Amino acid sequence: MDFNFTEEQTMIRDSLARLIKDQYDFDTRRKVIASSEGWRPKMWAQFAELGLLAAPFSEEDGGLGGGPIDAMVVMEEFGKGLVIEPYLQSVVIGGGFLKRGSDGQKAEHLAPMIAGERVFAFAYAEPKGRYNLADLETTATKDGAGWKISGHKAVVVGAPWASHLIVTARTGGARRDTKGIGVFIVAKDAKGVTTRDYPTVDGRRASEVHFDNVSVGADAVIGDAAGGLPLIERVTDEAIAALCAEACGAMKVAQTMTVEYSRQRKQFGTPIGKFQVLQHKMVDMFMEAEQSVSMTYMATLKLDEDDVTRKKAASAAKVRIGQAGRFVGQNAIQIHGGNGMTDEYAIGHYFKRLTIIDSEFGNVDHHLKRYTDLSATEVLVAAE
Amino acid sequence: MNLDFTPEETAFRDEVRAFIRENYPKELAGMGSREDLTREQFLAWHKILGKKGWSAPAWPKKYGGTGWTSTQRYIWSEENARVDALMPLPFGVSMVGPVIYTFGSEEQKAKHLPGILAGDVWWAQGYSEPGAGSDLASLKTTAVRDGDHYVINGQKTWTTLAQHADWGFFLCRTDPSAKSQEGISFILVDMKTPGIEVRPIRLIDGTHEVNETWLTDVRVPVENLVGKENEGWTYAKFLLAHERSGIAGVARSKRGVERLRSIASSETVDGTPLILNGDFSRKISQLEIDLTALEFTELRTLASEAQGKGPGPESSILKIKGTEIQQRLTELTLEAVGNYGAPYARGMEGHGVNDLGVGPEYSNFAADTYFNMRKTSIYGGSNEIQRNIITKMILGL
Repeated sequence: MDFNFTEEQTMIRDSLARLIKDQYDFDTRRKVIASSEGWRPKMWAQFAELGLLAAPFSEEDGGLGGGPIDAMVVMEEFGKGLVIEPYLQSVVIGGGFLKRGSDGQKAEHLAPMIAGERVFAFAYAEPKGRYNLADLETTATKDGAGWKISGHKAVVVGAPWASHLIVTARTGGARRDTKGIGVFIVAKDAKGVTTRDYPTVDGRRASEVHFDNVSVGADAVIGDAAGGLPLIERVTDEAIAALCAEACGAMKVAQTMTVEYSRQRKQFGTPIGKFQVLQHKMVDMFMEAEQSVSMTYMATLKLDEDDVTRKKAASAAKVRIGQAGRFVGQNAIQIHGGNGMTDEYAIGHYFKRLTIIDSEFGNVDHHLKRYTDLSATEVLVAAE
Repeated sequence: MNLDFTPEETAFRDEVRAFIRENYPKELAGMGSREDLTREQFLAWHKILGKKGWSAPAWPKKYGGTGWTSTQRYIWSEENARVDALMPLPFGVSMVGPVIYTFGSEEQKAKHLPGILAGDVWWAQGYSEPGAGSDLASLKTTAVRDGDHYVINGQKTWTTLAQHADWGFFLCRTDPSAKSQEGISFILVDMKTPGIEVRPIRLIDGTHEVNETWLTDVRVPVENLVGKENEGWTYAKFLLAHERSGIAGVARSKRGVERLRSIASSETVDGTPLILNGDFSRKISQLEIDLTALEFTELRTLASEAQGKGPGPESSILKIKGTEIQQRLTELTLEAVGNYGAPYARGMEGHGVNDLGVGPEYSNFAADTYFNMRKTSIYGGSNEIQRNIITKMILGL
């Protein structure tokens, strides 16, 4: 058992932290968010140069030989700096699918993704599917050697910046069946793809993506066209672990920022940080943040275990971090008082990001149920 | 970063598992959470471990510790919890022992450490007083120097299991003019010394677990002072930090969740196992998830301790969260047993045994244990005091 980071991981953390400090201050971020593009492709190129996009991939796949822990390190720093660039979508998720694709797919897509030339977004959610990864109305029907895709994907984060989409679609079976699901690589400029782009409340950009008989070749399918769900679940659990790391970074900053504010802010002639009722709130925020770090380590370190263990670990982490993020975010605003309500203070932006993190890839209720169902399965199996 | 056991660690696990299986007293199986046992029962496993050299894994090797790594210690507590073993009581091994080997004289080390390791000498903790609970430093018991003796007068309370104690460690005021935290000394007292009277306090679960300890003109040789006079508060705080790090009780709570799951599999609601009832099963899930968060927080703390940092204020997190979970576990266990939470096992014939013939065996003591565990957020520095410690030591407010 070992909780140390490698030298490479520490180097990634330090250089990324420096870059964020130098070029990702709060005011710059606000300007970027308000700009027409909504992100900085140049920043993405710098991330590529730093090796961040290559960090979690094996050397054979053109990476630096790291894995999920490297992604965790990156995402925690992203959380601290409220970085909006689509590392989760393109590297963790896009890369997560592509590295399990064919050699041809790796050459065609993974290499340019790692180089920062292709950017991926994950089109999986649908207007009526909520958090069920198998609840798909989008269809992919056989068309000669290839496929035709039709449907509507909801809140595809990072899609406005993406060149390519990873799309989940039903290739057979009924709407919520676990079988009959495929994963497809679709160029965003393919004929029949239309998007409606918009900002999200936490400073990112997303799209509603419509597919109208979009033709893709046989080489667009990642893995088994009818048995894609296990792969989707695996990559989504990896995304959850990375997202938890981002939440940890955001929580740590929100918590320390609040403590700092309580030191400066005076009421009744004394810093409000001297009031025990606020002190204990801040201690609880600290404990929530610390335990979130513990849960993120746990989930990240269990990604390669058997399916049930991995799923339970990811869901447990997502539950704990959803609850912690809400607690830390809400109390951070409360202790900042009226100032916490203003757009000008950074704390509100951490609160907003933490709020949305809970709803990404399943919220507390969803994952508490998933964890419970998996436990019940174990009980029933044991009883048989 | 990884969670893997090395081949050596796996071999170690097999070794301790086999040792526990072959040596743990059969008659004490499943009694690790009981408070109403005899002195011999409490000490039985401790004595066996003492002979093996395993009674104080956290101690430095030169004082009789095992020299185990933090991972080995984790394995050790997991393996003991698997059989719900009755572990050595904390008063000697986790509390006064580390104070003696860290701050005590060579004579004190030679005199007291072997008895603690062997489980021959039972220690009691003389900290709290009727007027000094969370505000421990306001204690009033005095020790006045008289030649080569201290004369101790005062009243201690909540002295856990002092009815069995051979020795006690007492916080006494040696300089009444100093402000509250200064002027306190840490003194070892033979409980057979004339002038000590131990009176039982009955708790809400019906057990005699704690006592009042009255000290009237108790004469104690000055060589029983630990460290320097008037610096006892430093040692007291050191002890509390040590006490807190073991207080999380992760392995035992994991075992408790397993037990809760098994109870909830036997109990039925409208013909369906309680464990498949959505409302209840989600409570178990939440508990288990929070316990996982605690477990990994403890593992991180152990790992940083292994790198040479002693138990710091972070151990307060373990105390707060560990005790919250222990309490929630007993609360859910009582909920799970339903109607059979009400019969009072200690008021029944044959209450020393597990199966009283009223309701399922697992329902006995469920309420008592829940009542008893309310103590955990109060003792060892209440959870509110722990929050004050974190406020000061970590948040810097």
